Amino acid sequence: MIGILFLCAALSVVVTIGIVLSLIPPTVEFFQEVDLGEFLTGTEWAPLFTPPKFGVLPIVAGTLVVTVCAIAIALPFGLGTAVFLSEYARPRIRKWLKPMIEVLAGIPTVVYGYFALKFVSPYVQDLWPIGDPPGVFNALSAGLVMGIMILPMVASLSEDALAAVPAGLREGAYALGSSKFEVASRVSVPAALSGIVAAFVLAVSRAVGETMIVLIAAGGTPNLTWNPGEAMQTMTAFIAAAGTGDLSQGSTGYQTIFAVGSLLFVVTFFMNVFSNRVVRRFREVYE
Amino acid sequence: MVSMESPDLGHGDPVRSAPPADIVLTREMQAESVPGAPEPDTRQVVFDIRGLDVHYGPVLAVAEVDLAVAAREITALIGPSGCGKSTFLRCLNRMNDLIPGARVSGSVLYHGLELYGPQIDPVEVRRRIGMVFQKPNPFPKSIYDNVAFGPRVNGQRRGLDDLVEHALARAALWDEVKDKLKKSALALSGGQQQRLCIARALAVEPDVVLMDEPCSALDPIASSRIEDLMVELKRDYTIVIVTHNMQQAARVSDRTAFFTAEIRESGARVGVLVEYDQTETIFTSPSDPRTEGYITGRFG
Ligand SMILES: Nc1ncnc2c1ncn2[C@@H]1O[C@H](COP(=O)(O)OP(=O)(O)OP(=O)(O)O)[C@@H](O)[C@H]1O
Ligand SMILES: [Mg+2]
Repeated sequence: MIGILFLCAALSVVVTIGIVLSLIPPTVEFFQEVDLGEFLTGTEWAPLFTPPKFGVLPIVAGTLVVTVCAIAIALPFGLGTAVFLSEYARPRIRKWLKPMIEVLAGIPTVVYGYFALKFVSPYVQDLWPIGDPPGVFNALSAGLVMGIMILPMVASLSEDALAAVPAGLREGAYALGSSKFEVASRVSVPAALSGIVAAFVLAVSRAVGETMIVLIAAGGTPNLTWNPGEAMQTMTAFIAAAGTGDLSQGSTGYQTIFAVGSLLFVVTFFMNVFSNRVVRRFREVYE
Repeated sequence: MVSMESPDLGHGDPVRSAPPADIVLTREMQAESVPGAPEPDTRQVVFDIRGLDVHYGPVLAVAEVDLAVAAREITALIGPSGCGKSTFLRCLNRMNDLIPGARVSGSVLYHGLELYGPQIDPVEVRRRIGMVFQKPNPFPKSIYDNVAFGPRVNGQRRGLDDLVEHALARAALWDEVKDKLKKSALALSGGQQQRLCIARALAVEPDVVLMDEPCSALDPIASSRIEDLMVELKRDYTIVIVTHNMQQAARVSDRTAFFTAEIRESGARVGVLVEYDQTETIFTSPSDPRTEGYITGRFG
């Protein structure tokens, strides 16, 4: 029995190692063709064209812009939801509200993608305040909807962190003449901060890794800009788009997918290390 | 019914009016004034509680409590576990409002003002009536920020340093922590943490301090320091303390209320006040056999 359980645990480790190992050879081959400095600092990304351009910054910027849009939605609303659930909502309201919010997390991302394109994008075009309105495909629509998608995760994890704050701390604050808002903002949230930060970091990882929404709604053009109204490509969207094309194995174009995959892996790996550190600190806050 | 000199506990400006000094004691206390004492007892009543019932949801937890708490005295609440001492204590600063389903009926007059009246702001009530809990519950912040928390919440920005020092000194903690005010409060010992919680409560300049078994998590030496502190504090504050330690009640309190859980015909256990008197009387010649049974260690 222990053997079977060990195998289960080992499986995910083996798969992870396998993925990392499979990334390495094509990535190494890629960097034999392409200079690492050019890859990391180049401002043009057209790896499948002739002549190819291997500057990864446009799709890194695309990833960043979409992620920032997503976090701008997910963090305030997710945290607000968590504070409402844990500090304000009566038990009965919490009992039906929390599962309802968690349903959001179960919607397939392709649905979110079309929601962004068909529902949110027209509003973004209509309500655009300055300059020319954006096209149908734009990073903002994709980012906003991605924010809605990761909101339940931020809300749920932050709520867990808030729920772990000992009730005695809240009582202590109430007994000093604090209002509900003061208890939430000066005691509960600070005490749960590390857990909330961990939720935030996880949300960023989710946003960086999310593919389908950007593939559908952000347009497929690498574009080095900070303007969220423009069409963009992200790292994941590039991988998905290029991976479904007919690239021959061993070509530099094919290896590019793995190079970007490795970069993505490095980014999310460090984010996870960072969030693990934060979570570890979280355990030490009270007591 | 709201007298002119009543403290303002309404919404809006938190006026720090001093409690009136001339309320004459009500029935219970006059009745039990020492025979032969020539002058009528004129100690000031802080709480006059009548016909207090507390429900948790449908369950009646405490029934028909009549009790008056005098100013600058220590009133001890004793009784077996589950008889409603904490529940009763939490009625006095509206902490029960925070428990979903808790319902208080009857009358709690605080300096003549109905605490459960419609115009009363519970937040302002808790600012004037502080509370110290069984388990020390310092915030995971620095010692300084713990003590400054209440004043800050109440809008004070200046003079915090003096206020913090004063509150810590009153709680007999200043000398031990004056060099590490910026250190985490969680690094203090349990007894120090509890004194910090007392300092924290004193920093908002309350009128009353409620303490729910403040020493039960502490060793005898730390407990006795807190006892000394309570006796010291009663010069300026009215203190109501719940304790399971009868020696403690006998040592520190002026009056003692004995609660017990009564079994009603329906089978429900309901907390009731059995006897309330001078502490000496309760411990030497209680009038109710249940009180005697409890203090001599025979239960039921
Ligand atoms: N939050 C609550 N919800 C429901 N019932 C409660 C709650 N708090 C207390 N009670 C019930 O009310 C009754 C009185 O409880 P209370 O805590 O006031 O007793 P106590 O005298 O303080 O006991 P102890 O000495 O053990 O602290 C008990 O029957 C208890 O089960
Ligand atoms: Mg209790």
